[in-house]
Amino acid sequence: MSVRRLAKEQPESFAFSEDTKAKAEWWIKKYPESRRQSAVIPILWLVQKQEGWVSEPAIRAIGELLGMAYIRVLEVATFYTMFQLEPVGKTALIQVCGTTPCMLRGANELMRVCKEKIGDKDVLSADGRFTWQEVECLGACSNAPMAQINDYYYEDLTPETMAQIIDDFAAGQSPKPGSRVGRHTSEPEGGARVLTDPTLYDGSRAKKIKSLPNSQPAAEKAPA
Amino acid sequence: MPIAKVNGVETEFEPGMTVLQVAERAGHEIPRFCYHERLSIAGNCRMCLVEVKPGPPKPQASCALPAAEGQEIFTDTPMVKKAREGVMEFLLINHPLDCPICDQGGECDLQDQAVGYGRDGSRYGENKRAVEEKNMGPTVKTFMTRCIQCTRCVRFITEVAGVPDIGMISRGEGAEITTYLEKNIDSELSGNVNDLCPVGALTHRPWQYHYRPWELKKTETIDVMDALGSNIRADARGAEVMRVLPRVNEGINEEWLSDKSRYAVDGLARQRLDKPYVRENGKLRVASWDEALNAVASKIKAASADRIGVIAGDLQDAESMKATLDLFRALGSANTDCRQDGAAIGQGAREGWLFNSGLQGIENADAILIVGANPRTEAPLLNARIRKAWLKGAAEIGVIGEQVDLTYDYNYLGAGSKTLGKLPKAAVDFLTKAERPAIIVGAGALIGDTGAAVLNALGALAKKVGVVKDGWNGFNVLHTAAARVGGLDMGFVPAEGGLDVAGMLKPGALDVLFLLGADEVNASASDAFRVYLGSHGDRGAHGADVILPGAAYTEKSGLYVNTEGRVQMAERVVFPKGEAKEDWAIIRALSERVGQKLPFDTLEQLRAKLMGDHPTFGRIDYLAPGASFDVAALGAKGDLSDVAFVSTIVDPYLTNPIARASETMAELSAERTAPVVLAAE
Repeated sequence: MSVRRLAKEQPESFAFSEDTKAKAEWWIKKYPESRRQSAVIPILWLVQKQEGWVSEPAIRAIGELLGMAYIRVLEVATFYTMFQLEPVGKTALIQVCGTTPCMLRGANELMRVCKEKIGDKDVLSADGRFTWQEVECLGACSNAPMAQINDYYYEDLTPETMAQIIDDFAAGQSPKPGSRVGRHTSEPEGGARVLTDPTLYDGSRAKKIKSLPNSQPAAEKAPA
Repeated sequence: MPIAKVNGVETEFEPGMTVLQVAERAGHEIPRFCYHERLSIAGNCRMCLVEVKPGPPKPQASCALPAAEGQEIFTDTPMVKKAREGVMEFLLINHPLDCPICDQGGECDLQDQAVGYGRDGSRYGENKRAVEEKNMGPTVKTFMTRCIQCTRCVRFITEVAGVPDIGMISRGEGAEITTYLEKNIDSELSGNVNDLCPVGALTHRPWQYHYRPWELKKTETIDVMDALGSNIRADARGAEVMRVLPRVNEGINEEWLSDKSRYAVDGLARQRLDKPYVRENGKLRVASWDEALNAVASKIKAASADRIGVIAGDLQDAESMKATLDLFRALGSANTDCRQDGAAIGQGAREGWLFNSGLQGIENADAILIVGANPRTEAPLLNARIRKAWLKGAAEIGVIGEQVDLTYDYNYLGAGSKTLGKLPKAAVDFLTKAERPAIIVGAGALIGDTGAAVLNALGALAKKVGVVKDGWNGFNVLHTAAARVGGLDMGFVPAEGGLDVAGMLKPGALDVLFLLGADEVNASASDAFRVYLGSHGDRGAHGADVILPGAAYTEKSGLYVNTEGRVQMAERVVFPKGEAKEDWAIIRALSERVGQKLPFDTLEQLRAKLMGDHPTFGRIDYLAPGASFDVAALGAKGDLSDVAFVSTIVDPYLTNPIARASETMAELSAERTAPVVLAAE
């Protein structure tokens, strides 16, 4: 991870949208009044959702909203790499996982595709629609290689499917998230191989519970 | 008290102490970088690792581990040694080997501890990281590659100074200490982060590359930049004072120092008066001491006693004031005054002009009313104490005067004397219900025509709400000048029928006006023959008819009484410049020429006379417990009218001739805007 800096070019100002404002208030209410600043991470998320990235005026606006010193907000925003400090692609922000399992399964190839189609890593594409980044483990190792695009995971990728997804986004579609080999979440390819017997979960093997562990002891039978 | 074993020896400790403190109490030094007694515990340098039983079989950070009854602490086992060597090796991985060009060299914690606790060599062969320099303002020079991320500076600025400007951004190897977008640190205590920095990452910008610590002759003395009398150590090389550092005094400055006290020393080398001058045909010319003193003496002898007067300045030592006062009284003059700002104090009991609760004592107050003072600019270290009391949650604070950012929350009660005349009930209540209420009154409230009436009203309020009672005296006058309390203690005020400062400055009032280091008054209107005795070619020297070069505070041994009434002795660090003499000796020489020879030949004799006449001066380094006194008798009843209280300090960095001669102070004054006045609600 390299040093994280605020973008050189910053917007003049930042204003919370009505929706962001309402959601921020909801988050702030979750904490005691004296602990307003606990809401800083959710609100940074909301701001990023609204603008696509976290700008310097936004950091100041959050500081004022939460009664925090600006530097405290900056500390949080620079600590977490999930907060984008520079403008990112409006259509798609592609975060390719480059950690060991994905790398072994061909993440480098995915990045090559991204580089061909979009341009350099961490750089906004010329048309302003795409950015791609290499990120650390996103926790979907069983579906390696994978990438997170905007809010969703695209898994079991190949250079071809990656290219297809980028093309689809470029064409204005929103490709369906999930595995590209058709499996359900992280099940084995071709469907589950264990725990397939429906009786395991349809209730037919369930035994009637005579007494719950903490229930009243059964009333003693009256002596004959 | 609970008992723990440190290296097999039983040690008693107080509940709540950490393992590190217990080990120190047992006499075992624990190396540390991030831990500091006066800051919160961070536990991020890992240098203080020790072995503790019972507990997991691994080294533990002793600074953050509470000590417990029956605990066994080991500070000298092979495990601890190995742990320290390991931590040190990691710290040095990214620390540059630039000690030969580093200002911290010679007084660097990392250097010392690397020698004491580190391995003999490095096994690291990769590239070191480099970090961009940061701007933090005129007082702090950064070399961020040297930073070991102890976060002492972050914690000091946030907790003690109350100005959360510094932070640590990014993380891991990318972590950097910086201010928000590299703005200047907006604190009057910023210099302390340079002291706190255990490495050479933050160093004193004004003294950058000026000295090596081992070249300096260190003298323990007293600061005169404000009225607190902070304990300092002045380090000199040859005839030049190179730097000023704080000394620990729990009662006054703890171990901090304000930027002005610290960085104004470069003013000691500029604008100095090193020869006597006499005005001839409208122009000053260099003269001999004989000529200059004779010129003064002939004017004084020619004038009648009620046509001569003296004003003492803010930086004067008690001895020179005493000599001057005795001389003018011997000449029959009643026109003597040391209150350059014209504050209406100095009558009645001594408690009437002291900070009675003591600087340390203010932390015990549970209600503080600040009237006509801006402690942040007038006495930054007092402000840090008030902030400490506020942080503890024990003190409620009210302010009458300017509405400025004091680094803590307060109830703003009003702007001036009008509010005092008709105090809101809430204001009276919060003082009444307090157990130890305190009133801090600054010169801003006591100057002008309403000064005496304001003092009287405050006295009445103090009596009403119980500010002065058995075992507690919370009536506090906050002075802005180091010399003021000493002057008032010896009665350097107009005698019966004498003129005060304003009276003496009026055109035609005097024939001879003697300015004893008095630079804060505008004497241009006075048409008297003006004599200036002082160290700097500043306001007082401009327009003077005779200039007698005196010694600055680092160039003479002298007594200063701080705002609490604590007498402290300053020591001579270097000799006066050029032909300049110590102030008392000049007065003594003058006395002989005017035929009123003062009865002392040495400083010791003068001191003995001073202490004989005013026994309070004999109690050096002693803080009298705030005695009970008739607080309602202060001042004089009068019309409070409607005057807004404004601090007498216009620019906190340019309050005296030394500061005005200092380049650093000029820079600070220009860069650091005056505290922002909050919008009135």
